[in-house]
Amino acid sequence: MQATDISHPDYFHKVVDCQWACPAHTPVPEYIRRIADGDNDGAYLINWESNVFPGILGRTCDRPCEPACRRGRLQEEPVAICRLKRVAADRKSDIADRLPKAPSARNGKRVGCIGAGPASLTVARDLAAIGYDVAVFDSDSQAGGMMRSQIPKFRLPDEVIDEEVGYALSTGGAFVASSRVESLKAMLAEGFDAIFVGCGAPRGRDLDAPGRREAAKNIHIGIDWLASVSFGHTHSIGRRVVVLGGGNTAMDCCRTSLRLGGCDVKVVVRSGFAEMKASAWEKEDAMHEGVAILNFLVPKAFTHQRDRLTGVIFEKVTAEKDDRGRRILAPTGEPDVHIECDDVLVAVGQENAFPWIESDSGVAFGKNGLPSIDPVTFQSSLPSVFFGGDAALGPKNIITAVAHGHEAAISIDAFCRGEDPRVRPAPMTNLVSQKMGLHEWSYDNAITLDRRFAVPHVENTKALKNVKTEVELGFTDEQALAEARRCLNCDVQTVFSAPACIECDACVDICPLDCISFVPNAPEEELRRSLNAPALNLTQAIYVSEPVKTGRIMAKDEDLCLHCGLCAERCPTGAWDMRKFTIEFPRAGHTCQSTL
Amino acid sequence: MSYLAKPKFQHPSLEVNALGFTHRDYEGSMSTLCAGCGHDSISAAIVRACFELSLPPHRIAKLSGIGCSSKTPTYMLGQSHGFNSVHGRMPSVLTGANLANRDLIYLGVSGDGDTASIGLGQFAHAMRRGVNMVYIVENNGVYGLTKGQFSATADRGSKSKKGVDATDEPIDLVALAIQLGASFVARSFSGDKAQLVPLIKAAFEHRGAAFIDVISPCVTFNNHAGSTKSFDYVREHNIAVNALDVITGRSTIEVDYAEGDRQDVLMHDGSTIRLHKLEAGLDVSDRSAAFGMLERHRFAGEIATGLVYLNEGARELHESLDTTHRPLNELGQEVLCPGSKALQAINASLR
Repeated sequence: MQATDISHPDYFHKVVDCQWACPAHTPVPEYIRRIADGDNDGAYLINWESNVFPGILGRTCDRPCEPACRRGRLQEEPVAICRLKRVAADRKSDIADRLPKAPSARNGKRVGCIGAGPASLTVARDLAAIGYDVAVFDSDSQAGGMMRSQIPKFRLPDEVIDEEVGYALSTGGAFVASSRVESLKAMLAEGFDAIFVGCGAPRGRDLDAPGRREAAKNIHIGIDWLASVSFGHTHSIGRRVVVLGGGNTAMDCCRTSLRLGGCDVKVVVRSGFAEMKASAWEKEDAMHEGVAILNFLVPKAFTHQRDRLTGVIFEKVTAEKDDRGRRILAPTGEPDVHIECDDVLVAVGQENAFPWIESDSGVAFGKNGLPSIDPVTFQSSLPSVFFGGDAALGPKNIITAVAHGHEAAISIDAFCRGEDPRVRPAPMTNLVSQKMGLHEWSYDNAITLDRRFAVPHVENTKALKNVKTEVELGFTDEQALAEARRCLNCDVQTVFSAPACIECDACVDICPLDCISFVPNAPEEELRRSLNAPALNLTQAIYVSEPVKTGRIMAKDEDLCLHCGLCAERCPTGAWDMRKFTIEFPRAGHTCQSTL
Repeated sequence: MSYLAKPKFQHPSLEVNALGFTHRDYEGSMSTLCAGCGHDSISAAIVRACFELSLPPHRIAKLSGIGCSSKTPTYMLGQSHGFNSVHGRMPSVLTGANLANRDLIYLGVSGDGDTASIGLGQFAHAMRRGVNMVYIVENNGVYGLTKGQFSATADRGSKSKKGVDATDEPIDLVALAIQLGASFVARSFSGDKAQLVPLIKAAFEHRGAAFIDVISPCVTFNNHAGSTKSFDYVREHNIAVNALDVITGRSTIEVDYAEGDRQDVLMHDGSTIRLHKLEAGLDVSDRSAAFGMLERHRFAGEIATGLVYLNEGARELHESLDTTHRPLNELGQEVLCPGSKALQAINASLR
């Protein structure tokens, strides 16, 4: 194998699994260390810079970071990264004066953002802070988009949204409330230098089955119904509720139903339990509150009596493989099931809808109903129009929308300066030794054996009384510190210098995970098998050094390294060092650019 | 040294041995030796050898004297019996333990000071009595605990850290052990586990006095230019005379060495030592050839490593003394001390 090029920005970034997995590449270990140090303000600001909505995401994020966490690979639960973010958000002091303000020097460029969800607000924050005049339009009276309308208040209180939407707009973006954009052409005519479309995937998919029309009064589209509850238009639901669908929206629907009068709430899903799209923790929370989840049932018809819904008929299915090995749901042949209910909530997916974009506007769409955009720049076929969030690539999640927003802001900035948005600015990396003394490191390298701490909840009896009572109480101070200490500091990298090595084997012997081997060089496949512990996880790199004195190479499997630094502590010559890797992603207005 | 204990986490796909243990189960507590000390590598090699042989940790007794090397039994085999004895007196304490309970597996760990200076007499008699043990000397040529004075194994002309030459003739413990009657004698290097681990395994399989001199660079006081026991010097002058595989009933572990003449030696417990002769014509069962080989390499300024001498037919102490097969510590008072009538009968028979 070739010696590893550790100067490549991706190499060590990939070792920080959580940061690599985060669409916005939040420096997770860094903020967790700040929390452990009691510096919640610092932890919050690090988050805010990357993901704009730490308090919101700390309650609602899909957390792609957690399945990536190295602790999970050590036969353990990942660090509660998401809920630690909330710890920082809840415990911070007033940080408003530390956020960037709109600069007094304006560049005279105007950007219009359509929809006031996470993607648009990110664009507004990034661009307003460098002198753009940004206006964010939304049909609702308050900004926040789906964060405000679709996420139930018992998971995400309004105060948190108000605060963080406020911070996002504090860099100078203007929110234009209750102002639905009905025509792209009209928007274009207003003379914006660029337009960003961040209107989400606003259409909830319906379920066309016999009886749908007759029983329409008691059949609701999930996201519309959630919005109606959020804005205080809906206050009640029948005693028996059936929620159709197995995603996170279905989980929000069933839990909201319990709070609006539902006593017998069932989630009925076509697929098996494990295949459901909902996050594991959301399923857990729903079941904890008393929701029944029924699987392998496909809705066939709605039953009704005099325009009143009486129930839903389901066909029983089972998962099988078809001739081509694909998973299909085949009927079992058993009699259909009739589940009686008073109301049905349909949460079987969301679709994009752009009725307001004229077909001759110049914005082209693909067959799937999504705009044809450059996946890197988010620029549409009409160069001045950019997309992001669910509007760009279909329904995903908040953190993805934020990541899109950052990229789109860079593109818009380049476009407005007459540069090519496809020329992307490179990230800046740094690698700094953490050695403080003979055996002292500037990070806590003692590895705790603690199991993941569970976030305390309000008791069911109290939680179910009010749709606005936040269910999760958040970690206590003690739990937060102990959970923060579970972080393995994967950003503190093991850096090896072959010329300094005397091949004493000290690092090999002390490594608790048998990550380090000195072996003859070989092609990767062979090398992976020749190590002290076989390197079976092909998604994780092998760190290969230049040859040491005996001609062998040092090969380190990055997969399970605890970053405990014992290799460096035991190294007599300093051939191993623990160095903190930081990667700073460019934002719109990054310093390495020509001036406007 | 490091100040943190090795975290408990272990690789999920670690190999387990016949007893269901991983090599981590054979580790001891945190080492307090200098970072990079050769002794820690030897501890790791012993851990590896015991793991691979599936030795039950609770059947091993590890004994040592005084010195850096003699501290190491604490850092390995945490579930075994241990006795840190008096300076240079490990052999007699071990002999006593062995006489009392012949069923345990005895591992003596010593250093060049502990064995070649203060304990030379003890070493000599343990070897000539054929105590059934593995005797490992962690040989760095200096007194590390007293800041690096030359020990009795320092080569003449080797330079101290301050640039002073060693003036006295060195004691070659390997030659001495063969001369004194040890029946398994080897030399190795802490920086070469591929050689050291099979040697330790073979020594455990051997019945009788098994001696291994392991050159173990002292990173603090004897790893500089001019030293003949530095990592660089030993690597440059190391001549492996053979390589071996220990083939137990359970598995074959092939060592990756070039093919040469082969010599298989059947051990007492049914396992086989397969020697790959790297030095043509060297027969490890030939005592005089062993002396000649050692002398030849010494004269050439080389360090001969590998299995130097093996006499699998040698008698060990219990055979010589014709003791009972049942360990003495398991015998009751009435058997051990049969009373005055039995004594009178013995005395009468001698009159």
